[in-house]
Amino acid sequence: MNLSEKEVRYVADLANLRLTDEEVARMRQDLGHILTHIEQLNELNTRSVEPMAQVLYSADETATLREDVPHKCLTNAEALANAKLSGAGYFKVPRVIER
Amino acid sequence: MSLPSAIPALTISSVRQGLLEKKFSARELTEAALAFAEAENPRTNAYLTFSRERALKAAAHVDEEIAKNGFVGALAGVPLGVKDVIVTRDLRTTCGSRMLENYIPPYDATAVFRLEAEGAIVIGKLNCDEFAMGSSNENSAYGPVRNPRALDRVSGGSSGGSAAAVAQGTAVVTLGSDTGGSIRQPASFCGVVGVTPTYGRVSRYGLVAFASSLDHIGPFARNVEDAATVLHAMAGRDELDATSAFAPIDDYHALMKHPVKGLKIGLPAEYFEGLNSGTGSVIEKAINQLRNLGCEIRQIRLPHTKYALSCYYIIATAEASSNLARYDGVRYTRRAESDTLADMYRNTRGEGFGAEVKRRIMLGTYVLSAGYYDAYYKKAQQVRTLIARDFTEAFADIDAILAPVSPFPAFKIGEKVDDPLAMYLSDVYTLTGDLAGVPCMSVPCGESPEGLPIGLQIFARHFDEATMLRIAYNYERATTR
Repeated sequence: MNLSEKEVRYVADLANLRLTDEEVARMRQDLGHILTHIEQLNELNTRSVEPMAQVLYSADETATLREDVPHKCLTNAEALANAKLSGAGYFKVPRVIER
Repeated sequence: MSLPSAIPALTISSVRQGLLEKKFSARELTEAALAFAEAENPRTNAYLTFSRERALKAAAHVDEEIAKNGFVGALAGVPLGVKDVIVTRDLRTTCGSRMLENYIPPYDATAVFRLEAEGAIVIGKLNCDEFAMGSSNENSAYGPVRNPRALDRVSGGSSGGSAAAVAQGTAVVTLGSDTGGSIRQPASFCGVVGVTPTYGRVSRYGLVAFASSLDHIGPFARNVEDAATVLHAMAGRDELDATSAFAPIDDYHALMKHPVKGLKIGLPAEYFEGLNSGTGSVIEKAINQLRNLGCEIRQIRLPHTKYALSCYYIIATAEASSNLARYDGVRYTRRAESDTLADMYRNTRGEGFGAEVKRRIMLGTYVLSAGYYDAYYKKAQQVRTLIARDFTEAFADIDAILAPVSPFPAFKIGEKVDDPLAMYLSDVYTLTGDLAGVPCMSVPCGESPEGLPIGLQIFARHFDEATMLRIAYNYERATTR
């Protein structure tokens, strides 16, 4: 099973990923192979099986609550330090709304 | 004692003894360890960054404490390497990716913070597959890590640098991360001890997220005792990670020294099919050793094992596609200048990510997309329940499970890079442990006919790291020297 070029470009769009034409061709084949392998899960009847989202352990219902005291957090400057472009205490991006 | 030549043989306790008997200071040891690691690194490419300044500052602090009150923490002066997906304050953390080539984190991971609080000295950051996605370390944007035991072979992945540094002797202990086998498989390929604790045992705060429900931090060491020391120092509840567990932490060092006589150990038939014959006979010998030590060995079944690979590659990629959405050119250093916001996102991600990361983002986005969610993602979560149940049912009658770590020993660099599915198959025996969230580890158990290390995998019940370490410790004692 190969994915169509249209499908690959649609998914790349959802993922905000620019792919070259060569990458699209490779992706059609690679994803196709992996999805074919994954089909084997359909051998299993899982109708009455609960989905597992997380490894959960028993703890008191309130165990994760803590005292409501302020903690030290990053300063504005620290939080912005890795941004390519920032200004006036904010992250800056290309203009989204035209005036 | 001549320090540089002794470094590859150091252990946590020999460092401690050396410091307390004033054979060397923490500063002298740190200088020597850094010089040795820098000189040796070109052979394997295990380190991406050395942290001389941070290391010397930490060493000075250890020396002061010894001078002042003779106090030393559990890891005083111990040279520690940290996988480059674990953040370190003011110290570059690349995740093996071009995307984060210049990323300087503003905080420390809890695991690193706790080890430094015990006196560990972070000497550098270790190479890995990009965002921990890979089984050979060949997906690093900074080149593969070569296996110190055979330089034309892979170190394993994704924590290849962490395994290689310990095997090469350039760090006494290291930290890695495991999402599908990324600690145990490189540990087995490089011939060192690697531990994946129970999910929630060690805080994930500061571990750059790949697949949050599967990600674990764990130690690498040259012996079981050192691995236990590191695990003990970083284990326990952390309010900065809501999934970290409250379960009490056992005294691993006391419990692992108990004999293994009478322990009930299961061998899952599913893990011994399709095993490379050289690997099979080494594992069999190890099982016999444990039988001779008095373990009661019995055959068991983990019937859903063969579905683990499919289950894993749906869940892990789905979570990854969501977690990696944050690398969009806004907050994390790299940005491809573009006229529109949408183009900036797409171009930044297209240029910044490598092939395997793109493949997994695409697969994860596909399985979560409208019309496929139930067929793939929900289905995989249901199969995960069945895989976890296999372990629960098995552990009703037995104390631990033994299996190989990988179907084959370290392969040649380049051998599997063109076939993603063949690469994924090298994780076929390790994925289940992460899916079920049980503790598991690799302990060296011999060599293949061509002289390559092979690891024995041990699984135990949730939070029963003590029994797992006890089997590994007793096995190690019975077989070394």
